[in-house]
Amino acid sequence: MNTAFQKVYTKITQITKATCSLNAQGVGNDELAIVNGRLAQVVKIWGDTITLQVFSGTEGIPTNAEVTFLGKAPTLKVGEDLCGRFFNAFGDPIDGGPAVDGEEREIGGPSVNPVRRKQPSELIATGIAGIDLNNTLVSGQKIPFFADPDQPYNQVMANVALRAQTDRIILGGMGLTNDDYLYFKNLFDNAGVLDRIVSFVNTTEAPPVERLLVPDMALTAAEYFAVDRNEKVLVLLTDMTLYADALSIVSNRMDQIPSKDSMPGSLYSDLAKIYEKAVQFPAGGSITIIAVTTLSGGDITHAIPDNTGYITEGQLFLRKDTEIGKVIVDPFRSLSRLKQLVIGKKTRKDHPQVMNAAIRLYADAANARTKLENGFDLTDYDRRTLDFARDYSNELLAIDVNIDITQMLDTAWALFRKYFNRSELGIKKEIVDEFGNFPD
Amino acid sequence: MAKTQGKVHSIISNLVLVKVEGPVSQNEICFIEENGERLMAEVIKVVGDLAYVQVFESTRGLKPGMPVEFENHMLEVSLGPGLLSKNFDGLQNDLDKMTGVFLKRGEYTNPLEEDKKWSFTPLAKTGDKVKAADWLGNVKENWLDHKIMVPFKLEGEYTVVSVAPEGEYTILDTIAVLKDKAGKEYNVTMVQKWPVKVAVRNYVDKPRPFRQMETGVRVIDTMNPMLEGGTGFIPGPFGTGKTVLQHALARFADADVIIMAACGERANEVVEIFTEFPELQDPRSGRSLYERTTIIANTSNMPVAAREASVYTAMTIGEYYRAMGMKVLLLADSTSRWAQALREMSNRMEELPGQDAFPMDLSAIISNFYSRAGMVFLNNGKTGSVTFIGTVSPAGGNLKEPVTESTKKVARCFYALSQARADSKRYPAIDTLESYSKYLEYPEFIEYAEKNISGSWIDDVNEARNMLVRGRETAEQIDILGDDGVPLDYHVIFWKSELIDFVILQQDAFDNIDGSTSMDRQQYMLNKVLEIVRADFEFDSFEEINPYFKRIINGFKQMNYSEYQSENFRKFEAEVQEIVNERKR
Repeated sequence: MNTAFQKVYTKITQITKATCSLNAQGVGNDELAIVNGRLAQVVKIWGDTITLQVFSGTEGIPTNAEVTFLGKAPTLKVGEDLCGRFFNAFGDPIDGGPAVDGEEREIGGPSVNPVRRKQPSELIATGIAGIDLNNTLVSGQKIPFFADPDQPYNQVMANVALRAQTDRIILGGMGLTNDDYLYFKNLFDNAGVLDRIVSFVNTTEAPPVERLLVPDMALTAAEYFAVDRNEKVLVLLTDMTLYADALSIVSNRMDQIPSKDSMPGSLYSDLAKIYEKAVQFPAGGSITIIAVTTLSGGDITHAIPDNTGYITEGQLFLRKDTEIGKVIVDPFRSLSRLKQLVIGKKTRKDHPQVMNAAIRLYADAANARTKLENGFDLTDYDRRTLDFARDYSNELLAIDVNIDITQMLDTAWALFRKYFNRSELGIKKEIVDEFGNFPD
Repeated sequence: MAKTQGKVHSIISNLVLVKVEGPVSQNEICFIEENGERLMAEVIKVVGDLAYVQVFESTRGLKPGMPVEFENHMLEVSLGPGLLSKNFDGLQNDLDKMTGVFLKRGEYTNPLEEDKKWSFTPLAKTGDKVKAADWLGNVKENWLDHKIMVPFKLEGEYTVVSVAPEGEYTILDTIAVLKDKAGKEYNVTMVQKWPVKVAVRNYVDKPRPFRQMETGVRVIDTMNPMLEGGTGFIPGPFGTGKTVLQHALARFADADVIIMAACGERANEVVEIFTEFPELQDPRSGRSLYERTTIIANTSNMPVAAREASVYTAMTIGEYYRAMGMKVLLLADSTSRWAQALREMSNRMEELPGQDAFPMDLSAIISNFYSRAGMVFLNNGKTGSVTFIGTVSPAGGNLKEPVTESTKKVARCFYALSQARADSKRYPAIDTLESYSKYLEYPEFIEYAEKNISGSWIDDVNEARNMLVRGRETAEQIDILGDDGVPLDYHVIFWKSELIDFVILQQDAFDNIDGSTSMDRQQYMLNKVLEIVRADFEFDSFEEINPYFKRIINGFKQMNYSEYQSENFRKFEAEVQEIVNERKR
């Protein structure tokens, strides 16, 4: 970039809440600009008229504001020095430390050629049976928590991050409250893992449009560690609903026709671009994405969770089980699409059948409960499923469980023996013979 | 003809306006040159001297004034031997030939191999009168007979001047010379080009489908059969198993060629196909499944405009193999993503939107596409077919959205995936009663089934269906009135329908044996189950019914997991019979 010959424009022709327009030549699409000291990006070029999206909003920008173009798309300086640091959406430090020195890379870079990907096959154990037993995570996977705003999703996600065996954790926080930001900061600090972690944080105090840069910043850092250094990287993105909200603000200001739930028509592609960065590279590095999508009143048909569900490889639902008074990972609505790649292969071979049988019996218990609530008599089988469901919920589904997968399977068999006979399980005979320990 | 030139005028995301200095045509391909990179684009609208083009790549860094060159043709694919076992992107670039881990903008690769030799056997001889799509010769592509045909673009009748003798040739060698009525000669090679958005119509007749396309999936083959040359679609909320079902179809369907268009879906799903298919055997030919498969991968993070192209590319390759007399199964996952790509572009062009901001002509585009499938009689009297099954990803699982409704109007089979079935892990989660196959009513198919499956097949299937309907009704009654508030019969009916559900409808796609069921075995099992459905049983109280049927179901499930007619299979069959005899009247 030739900074010595930088043209300064001073005539803005149009200003909206998020954008301003001016006449200029030789400007490239997606290029960055500085408008009165604020960072902006080219979003539309119509002949000589350039429309800029000003990230921090256009409040107070005059028509004679100074505009200079930087001749490049947004970038991040990557290097070892990123570790242990906290940055804002522009990649500038917010922890009082010095600026990072490193190679400058454009964010939002190209996609991985699908044929160069490797099939994910490494299990990521979390100790939480609701995840490891029923919805096993695999490196290179992308999966969100679908949770109502009052659920402890950030805590569960932080737990998963700390227990998972990964080389690097990248946190992308969008619209985090200051309290949550400090929660993550203290937690990572106290766990003594700060040097493994890089954080990009946009708090609620910062303008919402800035959030749009956070996922790309976080993933550019992730690609550096996964590609250049062959590391296993875990990326945490919270909260993607607030990211999508920022997208809709921008598209609205640009007079685009909204589609479902006032979201832009390109929401699917916008989200896919982020989530598809999850990948297992052939050289051993990987990027795994765990995100949070907050729901409004548990509604998963809203455009944000709906589009997310079509993109991600499953979803994890948290639910409060009132009977045992604990938060559990809901076995019905949660799903890990990649679990088939590891269960029964990287884990004991009875894993798939035990998992399915337990969930089927748990579903029978739900039916029995409906009967009970409607005032009908229960059969003996109904009563047994209800007892089973309570123990299953408490000993396996609850998020405070922390045991390894073999213990989870043994626990499940113990519950099967306690409440059911062989034919009620619907499990292949050889498997029951080998692992069931049923008295004959 | 000189190529029309132009210059970039405006840029709105991947929509670029080009000021042209000469004639351009709708859907013409052009290249925008940016610092040595050539970005491919397609004309989608022309206003005065401004051509609106959709760019198949990221437009980052593009500036007004950059030069554009128009190519005088629409988006075309190359057709010739070597299309199978390939991974293409939506524009038919061979992804394996690309360098680097990341896709590089402006990198286009040859879909076929110019230096590979194919062993050619002539089929036509000098003096033969031929027309477009007639077979001139044969090469072995994997184990398939790949026909070298008169190029589809040639109109009218031609005389064969010469055909190359048996031998080894590359795709660019002349293998035949043809002469038209005016005496002009044409050199024919093994490769030809065809514009993807134009249907290949070089056949004599397109009758109604009548032969069954076996898929190995019981809930489809038995309950809602698909026919060769038929069309179907699978709508379902996320997490209901659309993709697992499509992969099962790709593995086990009785087709010569499988084309999978991964259109705007997850990249890892494509990885799964090309990792696992080479290891899996085609149960019929004993060869690797990959040898009959072509993947068109335009995953969700690849450029949006190429997504639309990907389904057309897939269909054109399908039509090409159909013209060789092959049974082609084309799977597209998901057509909703294609519709969304249309929506994004229509929005950028500021067209007046239809429902849910989709373009007004969405319905016409979809029906036009589905109509390209079908079974045809070729010029030489042989048959070929393209069977098309698309998935639809309805927003919010709501089937009253434009893509689902438009598809429902044209597809003959409807495989409804149900969230409730998926939640209770009853896979495949196709809701039999919501789903339909219009082919069950086709007299052509009824006749076929009587001859090839069994004389009473259609009646048997309908009997099973009726039992499922009654089962659902009684389940509602039991829910309302309670277990002891209804006659014992109600429980028996309910459990008979559960028996059909567990034994016929549910299937373990990941099990080596249960994953695919031959038609033979399906007929045998349906009969076995119907014997029980028709029988009367003796019970004293409703509490006996549930455990009794669970034992029968368990026995049948073990049968499903055993090799057909093996010792184990017979053992479990005998066990089931014993249990049945306990209470049968």
